[in-house]
Amino acid sequence: MPGHDTARDVYRQALPVILVSLVAGLFSGTILGSETMRAGISEVPGLLLLLPAFLATRGGVYGSLGARLSTGLHQGLIEPRFRLDRRLTNAIVASFINGMTVSVFIAVITFLWLRLFGNEGNLLELVGIMVVAGFLSAVLMISVLIAVIFVGYRRGLDPDNVIGPVVTTLGDVFGILFLLVGIYVVGAVL
Amino acid sequence: MSSPDSGSDAGREYVDEWSIRRIVRTMIPLLAALSVLQLVSGTVLETYEETLVENPALLVLVPVQIGTAGNLASITCSRLTTQLYLGTYELDPSNPDLRANVGAVFALAGTVFGAVGVAAWGIGVALGGTLGFGRVLLVSLVSGMLLAVLVVVASVAAVEASYRVGLNPDDTTIPVVTNLCDVAGVLILFAVVSVVV
Repeated sequence: MPGHDTARDVYRQALPVILVSLVAGLFSGTILGSETMRAGISEVPGLLLLLPAFLATRGGVYGSLGARLSTGLHQGLIEPRFRLDRRLTNAIVASFINGMTVSVFIAVITFLWLRLFGNEGNLLELVGIMVVAGFLSAVLMISVLIAVIFVGYRRGLDPDNVIGPVVTTLGDVFGILFLLVGIYVVGAVL
Repeated sequence: MSSPDSGSDAGREYVDEWSIRRIVRTMIPLLAALSVLQLVSGTVLETYEETLVENPALLVLVPVQIGTAGNLASITCSRLTTQLYLGTYELDPSNPDLRANVGAVFALAGTVFGAVGVAAWGIGVALGGTLGFGRVLLVSLVSGMLLAVLVVVASVAAVEASYRVGLNPDDTTIPVVTNLCDVAGVLILFAVVSVVV
């Protein structure tokens, strides 16, 4: 029954997903330490500075989309299938707007932070990287999140136990990967 | 803003709770503030860059440790929020649902941060690190269990506060608590590192 699981139930439902996310975390750590990424870090001032904020907002934006959908399912406000339901589309559009706005905002404050402490920074470069990485992660996160929540719910899995790990895992691995794509795209354009 | 079942008052209230404007307005200021907070985390990371580069095992620990704390935080927040809506949440040590949440978080933390320690040591050695197995495991477990305490306290506090202020805890708690755990995770990790390593 939702909300009435014992500690053991929660543990058993959450552990496999957390372990998968652990492996993925080690994987994203490896991407971060890769030579291409380290080259990017040294070439683009501010990249290391914005990294925690960029990764964290993936969790904030899409984690709360997941929690909202989960509560909606438990309350019977939305149904576990994808059709053009007003609440569902509202939640999706809102999280897209949030994700893009915050990505641009992070680029701007990182630039200001760099300037504040007398370092060099290229606003256009930072905004470009964040827009590319933010857009790609929005598309990926929203599609995967909805698929996982609906399919899991229909199979009797409490989405509350699964969303967090799925979001942080995908957010980190693909966040870092899309950041690389952003660096590459902006480097090719500018 | 209308919806197929907005006939009742309750229906209208829920539709409002699910409007784009409402969700964006609730979240943007929060996400913006938290991004600024994360810059502090980024600065801390930059400060310890040399220690991290010298000990690859610690470098591997950073994202994994923070990510796992975030996972535990969002499970706890998400569960507490659902329990709040279903009316079974109560801030009382004898509440069985609350006890189950807390018990599960500590059991998960013990299991996962133990595994993280072993994995980080292995990868560190593969990358040419020299930090001993015992030390990496100790750093992982001690900082991990401290983080678990923080996750529980921060989740309960965030759900209570957001409920009292009248904000939807689904929108507010996860960003607040995961961000707090990110920043605190970096600080706790380096506090433990400076004692152990």
